[in-house]
Formats: sequence, C-alpha cells, structure tokens
Amino acid sequence: MAAQETSQSATFRHAFGNVLSFTVLLLIGVMAFSIRLFSVIKYESVIHEFDPYFNYRVTQFLTKSGVYDFWNWFDDRTWYPLGRVIGGTVYPGLTLTAGTLWRILNSINIPLSVETVCVFTAPVFSAFASWATYLLTKEIKGAGAGLTAAALLAMVPSYISRSVAGSYDNEAVAIFALIFTFYLYIKTLNTGSLFYATLNAIAYFYMVCSWGGYTFIINLIPMHVLLCIVTGRYSPRLYIAYAPLVVLGTLLAALVPVVGFNAVMTSEHFASFLVFIIIHVVALVYYIKGILTPQMFKVAVTLVVSVGMVLCVAVLAVLIALVASSPTKGWSGRSLSLLDPTYASKYIPIIASVSEHQPPTWPSYFMDINVLAFLVPAGIIACFLPLSDASSFAVLYIVTSVYFSGVMVRLMLVLAPAACIMSGIALSEAFDVLTRSIKFHLVGTTQNPQDNARDATKVNQNDVKSEKSEDTVKERPSRKSKKKDKENIEKPSLVSRVEKRLLVLPLETSVMAVFLLVLLGAFYVVHCVWAAAEAYSAPSIVLTSRSHDGLHVFDDFREAYAWLSHNTEVDDKVSKSKRSDSFALKTPTDVSGISFIASTHYPLILFEVLNLAVLGLVQRNKLIGLLAAAILVQVASWWDYGYQTTAMANRTVIVDNNTWNNTHIATVGTAMSSPEKAAWDIFNSLDVKYVLVVFGGLVGYPSDDINKFLWMVRIGGGVFPHIKEPDYLRDGQYRIDSQATPTMLNSLMYKLSYFRFVETDGRGYDRVRNTEIGKKHFKLTHFEEVFTTHHWMVRIYKLKSPKNRIRGKTKRSKSKSGTSTSSKRSTRKKNPWQ
Amino acid sequence: MGKSATTSDVHALFHSLRSAYAATANHLKIIDLYIVFAIVTAVIQVAYMAIVGSFPFNSFLSGVLSCVGTAVLAVSLRIQVNKDNKEFKDLPPERAFADFVLCNLVLHLVIMNFLG
Repeated sequence: MAAQETSQSATFRHAFGNVLSFTVLLLIGVMAFSIRLFSVIKYESVIHEFDPYFNYRVTQFLTKSGVYDFWNWFDDRTWYPLGRVIGGTVYPGLTLTAGTLWRILNSINIPLSVETVCVFTAPVFSAFASWATYLLTKEIKGAGAGLTAAALLAMVPSYISRSVAGSYDNEAVAIFALIFTFYLYIKTLNTGSLFYATLNAIAYFYMVCSWGGYTFIINLIPMHVLLCIVTGRYSPRLYIAYAPLVVLGTLLAALVPVVGFNAVMTSEHFASFLVFIIIHVVALVYYIKGILTPQMFKVAVTLVVSVGMVLCVAVLAVLIALVASSPTKGWSGRSLSLLDPTYASKYIPIIASVSEHQPPTWPSYFMDINVLAFLVPAGIIACFLPLSDASSFAVLYIVTSVYFSGVMVRLMLVLAPAACIMSGIALSEAFDVLTRSIKFHLVGTTQNPQDNARDATKVNQNDVKSEKSEDTVKERPSRKSKKKDKENIEKPSLVSRVEKRLLVLPLETSVMAVFLLVLLGAFYVVHCVWAAAEAYSAPSIVLTSRSHDGLHVFDDFREAYAWLSHNTEVDDKVSKSKRSDSFALKTPTDVSGISFIASTHYPLILFEVLNLAVLGLVQRNKLIGLLAAAILVQVASWWDYGYQTTAMANRTVIVDNNTWNNTHIATVGTAMSSPEKAAWDIFNSLDVKYVLVVFGGLVGYPSDDINKFLWMVRIGGGVFPHIKEPDYLRDGQYRIDSQATPTMLNSLMYKLSYFRFVETDGRGYDRVRNTEIGKKHFKLTHFEEVFTTHHWMVRIYKLKSPKNRIRGKTKRSKSKSGTSTSSKRSTRKKNPWQ
Repeated sequence: MGKSATTSDVHALFHSLRSAYAATANHLKIIDLYIVFAIVTAVIQVAYMAIVGSFPFNSFLSGVLSCVGTAVLAVSLRIQVNKDNKEFKDLPPERAFADFVLCNLVLHLVIMNFLG
C-alpha cells in the first residue's frame, strides 16, 4: 500500500519533472536566441565583420545556382589573376545549412530573404547548442546539472561574441555540431549501442563540414580512449564507441573536398589511427584472457612479448622515418602553431598577424567566461565523485581546452562549452547538498538521528529512483537500469556516509549559501547581458562615437564601397589594406552604433565582359583584347577588406581574407612599402587600377593601415628580401613624425594616407599616433586621388597611366626604381611620368 | 632442456587455445569467419596497391576502409551477441543485428560515394 503510494507519487513527480524541464529548456532556447539580437535592434539586420561577407556571398551563389554549381565553383573575382576554387577550399557546412533553411522556409511560403536567413542562423543554432549541452551534461551527471549547464551556455559571452545575429561565420553552427558530437559519443559510451555510434559518425561528418576545428574532436576522443584503457576502464562499450567512429569518420571526412586525403595523410589524424590499433590489441588481449586459463595466459604473454616486440620496433622505426622526413613532421602550419605557440611568429607571419591568434590576456578570461572561471575547479572535483567514463571525458575536455585557449584567444570559444558543463555540474551538486540539508532540517527535526539517517537515505533513494525512471522512459530500460544499478549500489552507501557528514550543515548556513549562489547567478546574468549589448554587438562596418556634441556616425566603409560600385568599371580590381583588428574593435571604447539607412544590395556581376576579355587574351585577337583591356581594371588592396569588396562593391580583388597565397599577399605588402615608382610597377603588373587605403588619423580610428603597416613590411620582407624592416624603424619603433626614417616617409602607404592631410587642420595632426606628420607637403607622381570619404577613413587612388612620350634621362630613373630601400631622400627629380 | 620446456609450453598453449575456441558457439564462429574474410580481402587490396601503384587514391582508400569497416562492425556485432558478455545481457540479438545492418548501410553508402 505504502509502496503503491510512493510509486504513484514517484510517477507523478516524474511526470511533473518532465514537463518542468521541457518548459525550462524551451525558455533557455528563447533566451539564447533573444540575447543575441542586440545588434539587430541597435543597428540594422546587417552582416558584420569581414569573413561573414564571404560566407554571405557564397550563400547567395548557392541559392541562385544550386548545389552542383556551388560545389564546382571557380571564383575569378578574387585573388586576381589566380582565382580561387571555392568548392575545394571552403567548409561547406554553414552555407549548406543556411541554404537549406532558406529553401525550406521558401517552400512553406515564408519568403525570407537570403540575408535575413544568414543573419539569424547563428542565434537559432545557439539555441540548439544549449539544448545539446543539456543532453551532454545529462549523460555525464544528471538532468539538474544539464539544465544548469544549458542555461549557462545560452548566455556565456565568449560564445555570444561569435554568434550574434549578423555574425555569419563557421563557428555559429560548428559549436552546436561539436557539442552534439560529444553528446552522441558519450551516449554510445554509456549505452554501448551501435545505433548511437552511427549517429555519432554522422554528427562528426557535419562537424567536419562546418569548421577546421574538427581536428580537436578527432584528437580528443582518441586521447580519452587511451586514458580509459590506461586507467583500466576498458570495456566492450568503449570499443563500440570508438572503432566504428574512426572508420566511418575517416571516410566521411575524406568526402569533404577541403579535407580530402588530408584525412589519412596529415599528422592531425594519426592519433586516431594509433589508438585504433591500440584498442584492437587491447581487445584481443582481453578476449584471449577470457578464454584461457591463467597459467596458459602467462605463457601466451611471454611468447607474444618476445616475438611481438621485435615486430613493433621495426614498424615504429618505419613510421618515424616517414613522419620525420617532412619538415613539419606532417602537421599543418596552423596546428603546429597550436602545439608550439612560438612557431607562427618565427615562420609564418600571416598567421601571427591575425589578432585572433594572439594569446589572451588574463582579463579576457574574466570577460569571456566570467563567474564560470572559478566554478570550473569545483566542477572538476565533482566529476571525481564518482568517476565514470563520461566524467573523465569531461575533465579531459576542460583541461585540453584550457591549454588551447591559452595559446590562441580565438579558441576561448572551445573553452566555453567545457566551462559551462563543469560549472553546471558544480552548481547542481552544490544545490543538491544545500537543499538536501535544508529539507532534512525542515522535515526531520522531531525524529531521532537513526530515523533521520534512514529518512535521508530513503529520500535519496527516491530521488535516485525517480531519476532512474525518468531515464528509462527515454532510453531502453534494460541497459540503462543496468548501468544505473551499478552506480546505485555504490551511490547510496557513499552518499549515506557522506550524508552523515552533510547533516552537520546547519539550516541558516544552507539558506544563506543558497541565497548567495543565486546572487552569483544574478551577477553572471547581468555581466552577460552587458557584454552582449555593449561589447560584442558592433557590426564593425558601421562605427559611431559619442562626443560632446552628440553622436557621430561613421559609415565610411559602405560609402567607399558604394562609390566603387557606382563609379568604376564592372571588372575593376581593387587593392585594399589589412584586416582590422577585430580584437581592437571589441574593446569597449566609446564605439556604439546607429544604423545607416543605406542599401546593402548591389547588382550582380556580369561575367560576359570578363569572358570576352579572357577570350581576347587567349586568342590574341587584338580587337577583342583592346575592348576588354579598356574594361578590365582592378582594385588593389591589402587582404582585410577583400571579402567586403567582392561582396558589397562587386569588384575583383587581388587578395582577400582567405590568405592562402602568402606570396601574393607579400607582393601587395611590398608594393605598399615601396616608393611610388616601384609600387606603380608592381601594381601595374597585376593590372590594378585603383588602390584603397584605410586611414584613421582624422577621426582617431585606431585600426587603420598605418597601424598595420608593420605586418605589410614583415610579410613583404618574408618573401622579398629587399624590404628590410630596420629601414622603417627609428629606435625600434615605427614612426610617422619628423623623426621617421626616409624609407618610411617615401613608402606608398605613408604617401597615400597623408596626401593633402595637412589641408584639414593646417598642421597635419594625426589623432591615432598623436603627433604631427613628418612630411606634410608633397605631390603624388604616379597616383591620383579619386575619392576620399567624409571622415577621410577610406581613400581611393587611381594609378596614372604612363605618358606616351618619355622626355629626359630615362636611364637614371630606371636605375632609381631598382633600389627601393635606398635611404636617400627623394629629391624633386624631373619625373618623366608627369 | 629449457628449449623443450618452452616448445612444450608453446604446444600446450596452442592446444588450449584451439580447444577453448572450439567451445564457442556456432553463430559466433560464423561471425569470426566473416571477419577473417574481410581482413583477407583488405590485405589482398593492399598487396595489389603495392604492385600497381595507388592511383586513384580515393578508390583504394574506400576499398580498404570498407573491408576494415565491415570487420569492425562485425566485431561489434559479435560483442553484442555473445552470451558471455554481462553488459549486453538485456539486448535482444535481433536489435543488435538491426543496428549492424543500419551501420553497414551508412558505411556502404559513403563507400559508394567515395569510390569515384
């Protein structure tokens, strides 16, 4: 009778708990979506930053031309004259996801534009990611921890920074895929079901499609398997969880064109193959141990060890020779810079120059994961009591992600889910203990300690049973109950023992502690909302600043792109300057935003003209060639704004943010660092017609090209040895005032930035460098200024065409152009080009 | 003396291995035969690649990995179906076989796509 009552009340409680957690999950999803909408409310529904513009352009192409054309697309609007194979160099997951969403919505008569779908993809997938975190943490610890972790992930600022509405980048869907893959792996590990193993492989495939960070998964899971084997936790479930994943996962990864054969040939994947072999050896050993008697097994061991050791050494020697023969030991540059943080700065300046690849500062940890930073150690301890396969995985995940986040600030994003899981576990355990002691104090004050202990354990067992029955509804009863049985046998005895110690917690302490924990949560929420609203919602294509006389809007970028689109020929090639520091823009200066009512949609390119030009060049038909040459012009720049130019101004660029060709970028860098004549020669060889520079000296915009000039010199100097960095330094610093070196004052970057700058205030005061400029009055000999935006932030110059007749001494001018690093001040020679 | 002891030990070892293996159930032996067949096919493919070269590489990779994949999945099936495994006591063998078929379907779909 009593048992029936308790079972009925247990069912009711279990049903109520289910409904409650479903409602809470729904609310968490809504919160995750809405906290990312600040930029849409404050500005407009526009795509942010630089990389998202490229993804947006690719998605536009996909929705217009279909999957087959997208898969085989060769883009000749970027990296002129090389072009870029989009189908083979882009991770298709994000664009395919957005394209599918758009198609589904359009087919059920919800006519959203492609831009809207792209802008809102990230918030939608962040809601999915928080649900995936709930599932993952539930597998590790239980439903309470799951809900807490999901709520924490929905708001964590580090994840918000890469998934606001408008940040249409790979991480938007990749983090969801990461957490979901981990969830399915842990699920397979817990249940040993091949069905979940298949799903795991498919989720891993989605992750490979989405982001280059999939190598984290394919190295973390083998590490965890090795850890389980070494700590004696090998079980058949481990084999089922790991072995099919490796085979299916490698095949699926090889299907994605970006990865291709790298899936079996690069060192990033070797760990998985090594552990694959190891787990087979271990499985065989366990099998033989099972069917032999102990003394026979000993004989077998001695035999195998003596024979197998020789074989092993031979195979290992061959493998090591193969790997050591490649200079980077088979690792790619980016992965190597993760293992050896100083590698990139020594050998690959391009990777070192990206601001997101710098190590983070200490405050950025507090800014990005806030309260979670000190809840994580508590979570790690909670994972050890008791230690299961799943919780050992969680500990390994947090440790590796902390290391990698210390190497590169961009990888704080991978730390965020791990920190949320750990903090969720810690908070849930803390609340468990506190509420249990409160309940005990309120319920058991009139009973003696013996009954108290029994009541406490009974209460505990009821909780455990309800948790168990809750789970049995969701998965196969037998397997899960068996797992829970194993854990329950040790749990009540452990907990009852711990319970006796916990009973000492007085009522007031527990109530106070609960109140303080809730207050902690409140602080976290306040910080997250502030971070989302102020720090991470700037679209960086529109800037504003507050001054004493109100709000100023700087929409210079779109002004410049609009000018380019309307005033230059269709096939102009643009050369622009380096990508602005996304890190610098995210620091909370007085940069807030106001939407600038401007159309962001421009007509698409006409490819016929370019085809005509190519035809003319190939067939050497003079007439067609002349016609095309009259139209074929290009705009040259550094690589930062390449994506934006092709997307918004629809002009061909020389280099863009993909940075795959270092020599090409170094060519542009050399041109920017050389004197006018040499730069003109380089740009002319690339068929450039317009040069675009970003200049912040008039308004105090710190991420302009003069500040990035050091990277142009370094990258250019890395490939062309006649650019020497010491020529531009005075006392080890780059200066542009009167103390600057002559090479610096003669470089194209200086001249294009400060041409006529002295006319603005009479003395040429640069607000970013806070000095007056060195060379104030000079004329441009090979370039002419065609457009400067309202706040002088973007300046466009045109290459002057050479004169038909050359007067004067040509030999001397030729010899001068060869020595671009000469430190002689350029005297006013009679220039044959004017 | 020592040598004969070791050789007799080795003989005893092989004898006990053989007798222990003969005691396993028939359906498990069928699965083991299937695994051996898959591995032998993989070895033949690798030997062929060593003779004629590895172009086209994607075909070689998909062929070898399909053999290895079916072997791995068969091992998983054997683990789940084996009555001696306490952990899978409540799993009906039909469900195990259905999972095995599903996973093989996915594997071979990918193989056929990658075969080129």
